This record gives sequence, structure tokens and C-alpha cells, in this order.
Amino acid sequence: MKKIFAIALAAMMITVMFAGCGNSGSDDASFVIGGVGPLTGDYATYGISVKQGAELAVKEINEAGGINGVPVELLFEDDQVDAEMAVNAYNKLMDDGMDVSLGAVTSGACIAVSEKANEDGILMLTPSGSQVECIQYPNGFRICFGDPEQGVNAAKFLANNNVAKKIAIIYDKSNDYSNGIKETFVSVAPEYGLEIVSEQAFTNQSNTDFSVQLQTIAGTDAELIFLPIYAQEAAYILTQAQSMGMEHIFFGGDGMDGIVEKIGADNVSATDGLLFLTPFDTQADEQNIKFTADYQAAYNAIPDQFAGDGYDAIYTIKAAAEHANVKPGDADFNEKIIAAMTEITVDGTTGTMTWSADGAPEKAAAVVVLQDGVATPYTAK
Amino acid sequence: MMDFLSTLISGLSLGSIYALIALGYTMVYGIAKMLNFAHGDVIMVGAFAVITSVSMLGLSPVLSILISIVCCVVLGVSIERIAYKPLRKSPPLAVLITAIGVSYFLQSLALLIFGSTQHSFPKIINMPAIELGELTIRGNMLITLVITTAIMAGMSIFINKSKTGKAMRAVSEDRDAAELMGISVNRTITITFAIGSALAAVAGLFYGTTYGFIGPYTGSMPGIKAFVAAVFGGIGSMPGAMLGGILLGVIENLSKRYISTELSDAIVFAVLIIVLMVKPTGLLGKKINEKV
Amino acid sequence: MQNNQHNPFGIKMSKKPLTKNIVTLTALVIAFAVMLVLSEAGILSRHMRSMLVPVCINIILAVSLNLLVGFLGELTLGHAGFMSVGAYAGCLFSIAMKEILPMAIRFPLAMLVGGLVAAVFGVIIGIPVLRLHGDYLAIVTLAFGEIIRSVIINLEFTGGAAGLKGTPQDSTFVIAFIVVMITLILIINLVNSRHGRAIMAIRDNRIAAEASGINVTYFRMLAFVMAAFFAGVAGVLYGHNLSILTAGTFDYNKSIELLVIVVLGGMGSIRGSIVSAIIITLLPEVLRDLADYRMLIYALVLIIMMLLNASPRFAAVKAQFSPAALKAAAAAKKAAKEGNANE
Repeated sequence: MKKIFAIALAAMMITVMFAGCGNSGSDDASFVIGGVGPLTGDYATYGISVKQGAELAVKEINEAGGINGVPVELLFEDDQVDAEMAVNAYNKLMDDGMDVSLGAVTSGACIAVSEKANEDGILMLTPSGSQVECIQYPNGFRICFGDPEQGVNAAKFLANNNVAKKIAIIYDKSNDYSNGIKETFVSVAPEYGLEIVSEQAFTNQSNTDFSVQLQTIAGTDAELIFLPIYAQEAAYILTQAQSMGMEHIFFGGDGMDGIVEKIGADNVSATDGLLFLTPFDTQADEQNIKFTADYQAAYNAIPDQFAGDGYDAIYTIKAAAEHANVKPGDADFNEKIIAAMTEITVDGTTGTMTWSADGAPEKAAAVVVLQDGVATPYTAK
Repeated sequence: MMDFLSTLISGLSLGSIYALIALGYTMVYGIAKMLNFAHGDVIMVGAFAVITSVSMLGLSPVLSILISIVCCVVLGVSIERIAYKPLRKSPPLAVLITAIGVSYFLQSLALLIFGSTQHSFPKIINMPAIELGELTIRGNMLITLVITTAIMAGMSIFINKSKTGKAMRAVSEDRDAAELMGISVNRTITITFAIGSALAAVAGLFYGTTYGFIGPYTGSMPGIKAFVAAVFGGIGSMPGAMLGGILLGVIENLSKRYISTELSDAIVFAVLIIVLMVKPTGLLGKKINEKV
Repeated sequence: MQNNQHNPFGIKMSKKPLTKNIVTLTALVIAFAVMLVLSEAGILSRHMRSMLVPVCINIILAVSLNLLVGFLGELTLGHAGFMSVGAYAGCLFSIAMKEILPMAIRFPLAMLVGGLVAAVFGVIIGIPVLRLHGDYLAIVTLAFGEIIRSVIINLEFTGGAAGLKGTPQDSTFVIAFIVVMITLILIINLVNSRHGRAIMAIRDNRIAAEASGINVTYFRMLAFVMAAFFAGVAGVLYGHNLSILTAGTFDYNKSIELLVIVVLGGMGSIRGSIVSAIIITLLPEVLRDLADYRMLIYALVLIIMMLLNASPRFAAVKAQFSPAALKAAAAAKKAAKEGNANE
């Protein structure tokens, strides 16, 4: 009977679950940092970047003697961008003795996790959860910029440097990050004297063919195309725009980071003149150059902003723990490390950051311009 | 007007890729009476075969296209042998679930081998944009359009004139009767999978050259859309799959241009529903006579 | 004696459906009690505890989908669409009533609202769909699911792509289990009633059923609306289990996952759906430690289980260990023993 087979399988799995919890419970011999993010599925590249950046930081910290003498252990679980799986993963990490949570890589999952982290009272520092609600609780902090902030920064930059006045936008309607930036950008644009001449959307079901959107924009008098989207879709747009012979200025947010790697050596000319707002530049200073070299040696890939966020998150936790001088297992570990967050300054790969009590980082956004695949800081003409 | 024409042409090019994939779907459905959900992922495998042989092994484009076709044919036939053949007597849903399993398997295997980032597709076909007055047509789109039309014409001749093609039609009409007439059903099904997979390899090639990037999950969305196209045209009918695919691409692009980019997915599906309301077996599907 | 060939020992192979279902329900209650005790006593890991509600939700979804796929015999790929409509309706209701009604009244009402709105969608979708069969019906339900998702993303009050936030987290294991029991009792009753027999008659031979005076349209619609209602209720439970509801969750992959549960459990078998809902919900979580290989193994398990089910050799092995065969063997042993004693 099939059912017997099924019941046996179910019984076996339940035993595994119990076995799993047998060895749990937090021993305080290690400082356990737990992360959740997409490691498989359409968005896997972001989760993997954060995980690898964080891994690199953990390796460096452990080689230098850990945090306050305690070795760091990084556990990273897959959530496939699903809120339910993220909460399951978070709970598994708690079983495994997580001391500090990296929240989740994507906003939706991070909001679901933040609810649980708040109940547990542990520090939650998300590397890349950019929606406002990700850090709605007092224990929540983030490394990256918030979505509305980026929209404002983008408008401010375009107006202050007089880059262009007539703007077209292509954004991802099915993505919260893209929508969040676009909405703020559109609402503040008039204040900065910018005119939105065309708004073109796409969704995750039709994110490869942009010929119609580009044709429509080509028919307007837009001077600049704003792309508040991720690098992968931008790679499609830039190559298609190039093959259509479009000569608009392209401008992106921090999601554009990693575009040179994504677009591949064959198409790199399509990124010439692309501007984007980013706190992360692989060659910004010595620290970033070293990080980029180490990352490349370890993973055979050029780090993107997500990797930088993951790396910085680990060092931020280290700085907070050292500032508060606490170790996992100490009486007020959670309270002290959370309190320390607003008192520290971290010089990370994504800029020098300080945090206010609302959890958002204070850091400078730079605009870079690409030429032959190399990013240089933007200088007003 | 120019605007309309260029939207139409890009829609035709997108639609012809859908049509190529839908052909594979519909042939397998017509002959093996199963929905091969893994068909979309064969496209991804084909495209990765081209990437590997051109970018990593440095082979010539023609050779790598051949390698890609061979890879897909071998893959398609082995999937059929290993996963679908033992289930030939099972209910169609059991086969469907197995096909979904195969699809997940191919995706996760590609994720393990190639990683999660999308790889840029080598520029095998390089043709500059053509300008006809105000009208600009991307070179790749034109090539896609021309070659897929040729393939579809070839397929029609093959199915209608050749002996194997006739055998395929016979098996799809009535499997038992075909067997009694001396047609080997197993062999016909194997050939169908081989042809379907070869078409998928070609679709993968055009997908890659038109859009430029391939990742482990690239095949799933075109796969679903091609499935929609196949049903749209009447599943099991080859001209239907071609018509359905092309119409789907054109409707998708026209609704993006003239109605709403936000709602274009919903519009495509709404048109599909309306068509099926009026013609419940798709545009060119045969009316099924129900017997007691 | 009929059926002698298949049943040489004359043992009743299948018990009456009602007894069988009582056994299922009792087993479920016992399992629930055990889980509750383990969870309260803190023996159950948090990871496991966090899956108790999702398991319940998937049981409801699987059993309601089974009503369509197993009992009505129509393949649908849009079950996640009904779930999402219910989830959004219920969550919006709860958010609006957060300060007005206490949880004990608000949550059951939210489930009712979610279920009813989903049922209304069941009617709206059911009317055109009734003209279609088989794969055409499957594709139309898939299309409806995708349209619903696309519309939710484009609406303001649903929170769009950013998701709906602020739903009170009311779903608990106890409540979810009570809903599972109510769903099961209602669906089992339906299936074993005149209505249920009519639905199955339509599945087995629609034209014959129509000829014997069964109102095919009415019963197909009934099954559709019932299934949609329970999917909606499950959606409300889902929405109240997490602090964010995003439309992206309810794509066709979700519908396919539910279909996998039903087919693995056996179409038309409620007990099968329950067991398989438990397995499929837990499987990816249990495989977490295998990290990168998780989805690969999940896919392989899926394929192998389907192949094993169809394999005659495996069926023979299984038959040896089936309760009937074991019982028969025991009876034969006993008879032999008694024979010995008599000597």
C-alpha cells in the first residue's frame, strides 16, 4: 500500500525533526550569526552574494581572534524569497542557537522575520531589506538605503547636477524595491523641477523583452531613462537599447550594482555612460580593493553591493559587540548590543555609517559613471 | 503607424519563439497525450550548451549549435525513456507531476553547475539593425522571424508528407489502430521527443541571441507562455501552436504598447479566456465528440 | 462471494468509507494532541513548531483541491488564486476591525469573509469555466490565477507589490487544527452524501450522469464553490500567520505545489491528501541541512515516488506488506496453529 510507504516517510521525517532539535540549544562557545535569504530560485543571486560577503567577513574575524575572543559562526538558510519559508528558517536558526539575526535579504521576507526577531528581542541587522517596515521595531537596523531615501537621492542628484530635465522611467511593477523608489521619485520630481514624460512598467513574468517599453520612450522627448531596478533586468534593457541604437542617458539606483559583471564582457560597451547611485564601489579605497580581491579569490566573482552589505553587516555586529563589550550568554547581551548600535561608527565597504534609533544608516551616496566597465565617481560637467 | 509596425514586428519575433516552443508542447501532447512541463527547461539546457561550447570551449558557432541540438535531443529522449515511459499506462496527472519533477530537477542541476547569475549569451548571430525609413528593426529579430518561419514551414511539410510524419499523425489520431497498422508507437514517441527537443534547442538559441542572457530559471516563463500558446491554438494541433504562439507574442506587445505595461500579463490571459469561451477547444483545435 | 480472484481469503478489502474516515479523523486528533503536548512541553523544536500551522493550511488546501481534482475529476491550476483572494479579503477585514472587535470574534469572521469572497470568485470563475474540460479548463484556471495576482499587484488597497502589512497574527496551531477538522468533516460529509455521489458520477461519466438526471452544471458549480471557499479560509489562516502578505506568493508554482500534494496522496483519497500535505510541507524543511542539493533531492523524490507508484514490481512488494495481506498471513498462521492444537 502506498499509504504505508507515505506514513513511513512521514514518520522518518518527524524523527529527523526531533533529531535536529536534540543538538540545538545555544552553547556560548561561539557567536552565532544567522542569515536568511534566497539561495535557490529566481532571486538566488542576491542571497548568495550576501552570504558570501558575510562568510568572508566571518573568516577574517575568526582569523583575527573572533569577537571579544569568541569565534563567530555564520549560519545561512534559504528562503526562496518566501515569507513563510523565511520564518521557518528563522526558527530553525533560533533552534541552532542564533545570537544575532541578519534578518532576511529581501524586504518581504525581512518584514516577516522582523516580527519574530522583535518577539525574541535579539538584534536584527538586515544587510539589504530596503522597505521601511523592515526595521519598524526598535531592535531592527539595516545596512542599505531605504527605498524612499533612494528615490529622493536620485531626484536630488539629477536636479543638483543638471543632468537632465525630461525623464522616462522603466520599473518593475511586481517588485517592492523598484516600486518603492519609483513612487517616491515620481512624487518628489516636481519639487526638483524634473518632468516625468513616460512611466513604463514590467513584471517578473515579462522581464526579458523590453522592446515595446524602449520604443515607446524613444517616441518621447525624454533625455534620460531612470531604471530603479536590479542589475539583471537592467542588463536586458541596456543591451536591447544599444541594439536599437538609443542614445539616452541611463541612470540607476543601488540595485544597478554588479551590472558590469552581469552584462558580460561581450556587451560591456552597452554600459558606457551609465550613471548610478551607489554606496558601494569595488575600487573606492584600500579596504574595498582588498575586499574585492579577497572575494574574487574565494568565489571567482566580482562582489556586488549585496556582498558589500553582507560583509559590512558582520563587521557592524562586531563593532557593536565590542563597543558594548558583551559576549553571547552575558546577562543583558541583547539589550546592550542593540543599545550599542546607535553609538558606533562603522567604516565599511559601503561607506562610513552611523545609525539613529529608527534603524536606518546615515551614509553618503555617491554617483558613479561607467566607462569600459570601470566605475569612476561622477563629476559634474 | 511606424510605431504600430515596429511593435508588431517585435511581437512577431517574440511570438515566433513562443511558437517554436509551443510546437514541442503540442507534438508531445498530440502523440504521447501528456503535458511535458519540463519542455521549457530543455530550452535552458540547449542555451547553456551553446554558452559552454562557445564561451568556455571556444568552438565555432555552427559546431556549438549542432552540439546544442544533439544535447537537447539526447536529453529529451532520455527523459522520455527514464521518466515518462514507465508511466505510459498511468493517469495523465501522474505523468504531469513527474514532468514537474523533471523540470525542478533540470533547474536545480543547472543552478548547481552554472550558479544563480545569468550568463551572457555569445553573439553568434550578429546583424545590425535595419532601417527602413523611420522604421528600425533589430537584426536578431528579423533573423529569428525568418528562420522560425522556415522551420515551421519545414515541419508542416514533414508532418504532412513524410512517412514518419504520417505515422506521428496516425499515433496521435488513434494509438491502438496505428499499432495494428504496423506503426511502432514507442519509436514514434521517441522521434516526437527528439524533434520537440531539437526545436527547443533552436528556440533556446534564438531566445539567447534575442534577449542575451540565460540563467537556470530562464526556461520556465517561456515554457508556461508556450503552453498557453499551445492551448490557445488548440492543443495537439501543429498549425494551432504556430498561430497561438505568434498571436500571443503580438497580443502581448500590442497590449504593452497601447493599453498598459502594468497589466499586459493579465490582458494576455484575459484574451485567452475569452477565446476559449467562444471556441472551447482553442482556435484550431478539433471538436471532441463525446461518446457515452 | 464476489471478487474472489483478487481477494482469495474473503477479507473485506475496504471498510465502509464512513468507518475509514472516522479512523482518519481519530488518528488526526491523536496526532494533534501529541503535537500539542510536545509543543507545550517545549520538546518540539521551534523550527518544527513554526511548521504546524503551515501543515494545517496545506491540509485544508489539499483536501479542497482534491474535491475538484479527485472527486470532480477536473484538473485546475488556479487554486492559489482562490487562496490569495481569501487571504486578502480576510486580512483587510482584520486590519479594519483590529481595534473594534476582539480576536475571538474578529478571526472567525475574517475566515468567513475570506471564504465567502473566495466562493464568490469561485462562482465568477466557475460560470465561464463550466463550458470547458480537461487541459483547457486547466489553462483557464491558471490564467485566472495569474490575472488575480496581476490585479492585486496593481491595486492600491492591497499594498501592491510591497505587500499588505499590519494583519494581526491570530493563527495558532489550535485554531488552525479546529478549522482543519471542520473542513474535513464538511468535505467528507459532502463526498459521502447524494451530492458527493453525483459529483463522482460526473467524474466517471459525465454524459451518463447527465442522462440519469444529474444536473451537471449545478454539481460542478457546487464543487467549485466549495473548493474555493475552503481555499479562501486557508488563505485567511495563511495571512494571519505572517506579518506580511505578498501577491507573489500565490503564483502558479503554488498551485502546482498543491496539485503535487493531491496527486502524490492519491486522487480522491482524503486520507492520502492529508498524509501527503504533511510530507510535502515538511520535506523541503527537513532537507534544509543538505543546502544546495535540497531542491535537487526534492525533485528526485518526486520523480521516484511517481515511478514507484506505477511500477508493477513495487506494487507486488507493497502488496506483501499491506494490512490485508498481513492480516491474511496472520490468519493463516493462526489457522495453522489451531490445526496443530487440534491434532
